[in-house]
Amino acid sequence: MKTLAELQALRDQMKDQMGIRHDAKDNIRVVVGMATCGIAAGARPVLQRLTEEVAKRGLKNVTVAQTGCIGICQYEPVVEVFENGKEKVTYVNMTEDKIAQVVAEHLVNGHPITEYTIGAAQAEAAK
Amino acid sequence: MQELSLNILDIAENSVSAGATRLEIELRYAFGAENRLTVTIRDNGHGMSEETAQRVADPFYTTRTTRKVGLGTAFFKLAAELTGGSFSVESKLGEGTAVTAVLDPTHLDAVPLGDLAATCAALVQTSPEMELCLTVSREDTGAAFTADTVQFREILGEIPLDSPEVLRFLSDFIRENLAELLAGSPLEGTAD
Repeated sequence: MKTLAELQALRDQMKDQMGIRHDAKDNIRVVVGMATCGIAAGARPVLQRLTEEVAKRGLKNVTVAQTGCIGICQYEPVVEVFENGKEKVTYVNMTEDKIAQVVAEHLVNGHPITEYTIGAAQAEAAK
Repeated sequence: MQELSLNILDIAENSVSAGATRLEIELRYAFGAENRLTVTIRDNGHGMSEETAQRVADPFYTTRTTRKVGLGTAFFKLAAELTGGSFSVESKLGEGTAVTAVLDPTHLDAVPLGDLAATCAALVQTSPEMELCLTVSREDTGAAFTADTVQFREILGEIPLDSPEVLRFLSDFIRENLAELLAGSPLEGTAD
């Protein structure tokens, strides 16, 4: 059973992570679209899986955040990855399994999964 | 019919649009010769006129000008009445509104509570500036717990209440404490 003492522990843990994130040059910010369009398309389990995977792997340089409508509702759930000095990567039509792969390949190994990006989705639609 | 939690969420959204800065959701269980659940949703919004308060559970009446239907109150009243319970609304202009439903949660026609934890997390996520206080108690055992965002904010300090980790904690906190509170009751296992 959860207690408020555990909330204090969570606060301390998050504070530590914030400190590390603030200093890190290899900071990565991952943003999940959580407007109604995103939630309706299944963004909530994607966000949950993302935070679980980041926590499980102890990725202290990764910040997970939520945002509103990104403006491409037809591609929801949408996840954007921002890295210092690199171009933003926009992943579309995300699922729990896909986001787990993104964490492993992109956030950990540094290799974006091109086939899940908006560029690949638009190229496929143009065929 | 929708689960009670979704109706609670719908009523709470009305409170938010009525300018409420604090919302209190109270669930009081009593098990024994008579099984009873009293649900009260109280806000400090701008309240309603007497006429609106009287018609608030009328599914064909609304003061909304948007397309949202907002049948939460009507369904809530129906859920209470199906189990032989009661429903009431108290509202004062400028002071707020309290909606109370008394129902039998074990009745054959009872509507399940649904995911109260996710409902509260959704409320905090969509209205992070509003204070939410959930109190759940059980009269026959004296067990009770409270999840109050004021208390959460005091503990969290500069950590935002609506950060994913905190929302997940809030959701787990409510889910686990509710399951513990209902242990040994006819509703054991329904809050998981």
